[in-house]
Amino acid sequence: MVDTPRSFQEIILRLQSYWARQGCAILQPYDMEVGAGTFHPATTLRSLGTQPWAAAYVQPSRRPTDGRYGENPNRLQHYYQYQVLIKPSPPELQELYLGSLEAIGVDMDLHDIRFVEDDWESPTLGAWGLGWEVWCDGMEVSQFTYFQQVGGHDCHPVSGELTYGLERLAMYILGVDHVMDMPFNDPDAPIPLSYGDVFKQTEEEYARWNFDVANTDVLLRHFEEAETECGAILAQEHLDPKTGKRIVMVHPAYDQAIKASHIFNLLDARGVISVTERQAYIGRVRALTKMCADAFVQTRAGGWTQDAA
Amino acid sequence: MPDLLIELFSEEIPARMQSRAGEDLKSLVTNGLVEAGLTYASAAAFSTPRRLCLTVEGVLDASPRTVDERKGPKADAPEKAIEGFLRGAGLTRADLEERDTPKGKILFAKITREGRPAADIVAEVLDTTIRNFPWPKSMRWGNGSLRWVRPLHSILCILTREDGAQIVPLDVDGIVAGNTTRGHRFLAPDAFSVSGFDDYTAKLARAHVVLDPVARRDTIWHDATNTAFANGMEVVEDAGLLAEVAGLVEWPVVLMGRIGDDFLDLPPEVLQTSMKEHQKFFSVRNPKTGRIERFVTVANRTTADDGATILAGNEKVLSARLADAKFFWDNDLRVAKSDEGMAAWVENLKNVTFHNKLGTQAELIERMAVLAREIAPMVGADPDAAEEAARIAKADLSSEMVYEFPELQGLMGRYYAQAAGHSDEVAAAAQEHYAPLGPSDAVPTAPVSVAVALAEKIDKLTGFWAIDEKPTGSKDPFALRRAALGVIRTLEENRVSLSLNSLLRLSAENLHKSASIEAIQSIWVKWDEPDGNVRLIETTEESVGWESEIDNRNDVVTYHHKKVETFPIGADIFDKFENVFDAQLQIGLCRTVSYIVPRLLAFLHDRLKVYLKDQGIRHDIIDACIAMPGNDDLTLLVKRARALSDTLKTDDGENLLQAFKRANNILSQAEEADGVEYSYGADVKFAESAEEKALFAALDAAEAVITPAMAAQDFSTAMSAMAALRGPLDAFFEAVQINTDNATVRRNRLNLLSRIRQLCTGVADLTSVEG
Repeated sequence: MVDTPRSFQEIILRLQSYWARQGCAILQPYDMEVGAGTFHPATTLRSLGTQPWAAAYVQPSRRPTDGRYGENPNRLQHYYQYQVLIKPSPPELQELYLGSLEAIGVDMDLHDIRFVEDDWESPTLGAWGLGWEVWCDGMEVSQFTYFQQVGGHDCHPVSGELTYGLERLAMYILGVDHVMDMPFNDPDAPIPLSYGDVFKQTEEEYARWNFDVANTDVLLRHFEEAETECGAILAQEHLDPKTGKRIVMVHPAYDQAIKASHIFNLLDARGVISVTERQAYIGRVRALTKMCADAFVQTRAGGWTQDAA
Repeated sequence: MPDLLIELFSEEIPARMQSRAGEDLKSLVTNGLVEAGLTYASAAAFSTPRRLCLTVEGVLDASPRTVDERKGPKADAPEKAIEGFLRGAGLTRADLEERDTPKGKILFAKITREGRPAADIVAEVLDTTIRNFPWPKSMRWGNGSLRWVRPLHSILCILTREDGAQIVPLDVDGIVAGNTTRGHRFLAPDAFSVSGFDDYTAKLARAHVVLDPVARRDTIWHDATNTAFANGMEVVEDAGLLAEVAGLVEWPVVLMGRIGDDFLDLPPEVLQTSMKEHQKFFSVRNPKTGRIERFVTVANRTTADDGATILAGNEKVLSARLADAKFFWDNDLRVAKSDEGMAAWVENLKNVTFHNKLGTQAELIERMAVLAREIAPMVGADPDAAEEAARIAKADLSSEMVYEFPELQGLMGRYYAQAAGHSDEVAAAAQEHYAPLGPSDAVPTAPVSVAVALAEKIDKLTGFWAIDEKPTGSKDPFALRRAALGVIRTLEENRVSLSLNSLLRLSAENLHKSASIEAIQSIWVKWDEPDGNVRLIETTEESVGWESEIDNRNDVVTYHHKKVETFPIGADIFDKFENVFDAQLQIGLCRTVSYIVPRLLAFLHDRLKVYLKDQGIRHDIIDACIAMPGNDDLTLLVKRARALSDTLKTDDGENLLQAFKRANNILSQAEEADGVEYSYGADVKFAESAEEKALFAALDAAEAVITPAMAAQDFSTAMSAMAALRGPLDAFFEAVQINTDNATVRRNRLNLLSRIRQLCTGVADLTSVEG
């Protein structure tokens, strides 16, 4: 008999312990605004180079254009993704993934799980991969991707990436029709909290700000600044004059790329970016992530060694 | 003789690639076998989401031993030549045999190739096949470098004889071929071994895998229609969806579900699109209400609860999807029904780029409105209605529904235009102005839709010509060939006669007026001065005053050069202009009207040739018609080409063409030799023979028919009359010597030929027709 979880957080906790059991490092969310878990350096940067890697984490993600003031049962401008990245992708990754569904209460004997073609491409990350969206009874519950290229670099070895849209998956498992009604903690807790108790008000606030109030002049300026700073950081000599160490500042530069990407999303939500400009902005963000990817493979974590240099 | 069974077992293969991959596997392997000398009796390929399978029956046990004899150099040839021969044949001197031939002693080599066992050949061929498989997209995984559509897990490869099955020894990047496979991912995941194709299919069926995609398709359609029928419903046919769904399951189980009552009033296209695109559901219609009320989904398994959980899940997902669609629909309708109507959407299109060198969608609409109004009277539409339709035709691009489902553009525009209170004909244009979408799609026929459809396509063509984004080779990213064919078919099938030159010209001028098109930094106007000079005046849009001051003396160009120059009257001003200033053109600047129009017309003529060639009309016949005046009226041009083509297929027509060519040759040679043009009227009084007089009479008679027929654009009548000249003309050439000594008679006869040439080339330029 399948043990059904009772709350949103229980599903997250079960995923954490399941992937911990599979040997993944359980990381914490990245402390910046990102559009998807893929932006976390633990995925974007760690999928590059030859070093093995296995990590799983929750990543709060923001998509300003998806804001619906908390009224739409399924759409949120702020939501959670669960992300797993294993490099090299193990041969039994599909089975591992299905095991995770079982762990969060999906009865494999009653449901119809399908792997439906979905080629993944992130124009802002200069990345693409092949894989599927995973369907459970017709609902997309995860993205499953074998990374082929990131930041313009071929992935060798190939990483397997799993991304779960946590709210949607949890709503399905818990049998909830409106995200705001979903129990966040245990419904029998002394102070039971629903998803709406936690996020309804913030959805309203951000939707209003995202769509109507965010100062576009300021955002445009921030975008330019982040872009400039990213380039300036990477333009520094690898040798730090103070410590005498070789320090390539990839992560600080990548933070600026993340920032530029999020600001672009905000500008998009404010409706000030035309279709043509859109392409140009995406190209500018891609140029930043590509620079970061180029720099990352020049670091130890990216497979650089003194000997090879 | 053994049978060969191959199965390539992988993670899920995209549905759209499966059947092609099966065929590729079959042809690559069987071709490889045959090339290596291994013939076979029959072969068949199958595919499921997780496997490609090939069965080859009656394969040779081994390739036959072959003996090739190769003739070499003469026995006394230089040593170098013999060495070269040996190297080429891979032999040594001892292998050569000396034979006497009529040409002397010659060396012969016997090259023997021993037969190879089937297993060796299969292993080699399959290895090559896997490594070079033509997947549309392939990938690497893990640490490996092998490419497959998704990770390849196992290879089954056996040769089956009466005494048992032999595993073909093969190792592709660590995947060792065996005789085992697995069943359904969830219903029978364990490995099992197979001994041959029959055993394989039987065991697969027990393991909940239907190997044959056609069988899966049939089962799905049979079960779906039966289930629907049992409920008094009918499944909406969709062959593409059926094939796709059959590629998503190994063990199809059809389930029928309900669409929530809240959603039944959504437009049927919205229901269908939403269900098909996102969920791969078939739509199920209630024939009594005509509405889509249910859906069929195809699960990949049986369950203990007979699919109840699966169906409930699918219904829930659909509700969420449709709640979104309904949200869009309700919001959009609120906008459309507001006092402003669709104006807010059109206003929003000011921020949406059409093409970065061709301005915004709003500017495109402005240009379409001008053109549609101009075209309207030519196609029998009310100009006000045509302009109104053009102004709202693209409004739905701003709607939420089209943002979510781009494939519903136009259709939603029609619904929303109706909701906004526009007339049916105006609303219809929102949908129909995109037509035809392909060579077999119907063209619009309602006059308002025709006007807007033509306006849209002509603007598109002119625009991309203006910025030199023409189709080249196989590249046509903006579908301009399709747009050109659309213009041709819309004009021709609606029998619309109009001068394209003036429309293209208007369209190009419109472009130059669009404010955000980069070319418009300053404007040059060609100006005929009263003193006889032509001046180019640099000016701005405002100061030209488009309505009042432009007339047909002036042409508008859009280079931003600063110097005012004068040119003598009669100078080919635009040629000079382009030569002088071309270098200063920035990329993306608009070309001049006089640059665009003739080139675009030539492109339309090219497409017309392709279009008519498909209908069996030769390109030289079309050329003969394009050479005639009024060739910018495509409908007229087609009519002329059809008539000419039909005429030339008749006996008279074909012979007339020969006679015409003869007349034309004689005349041209004489004109060249004499240095004069024989175009002065021939006179019957100098006619000598009966045949000559008869030709005069025939010409008179023909002219009496042809002239009014041509005036009435009745080409068939004109051309039959022309073809009827064949008899008298043949008789004339038979009996009469043109180049006689009598200069007067000769001149008269040449003038007679000239009259024939004029008459015939007035109908079509027969000089361009081959034959």
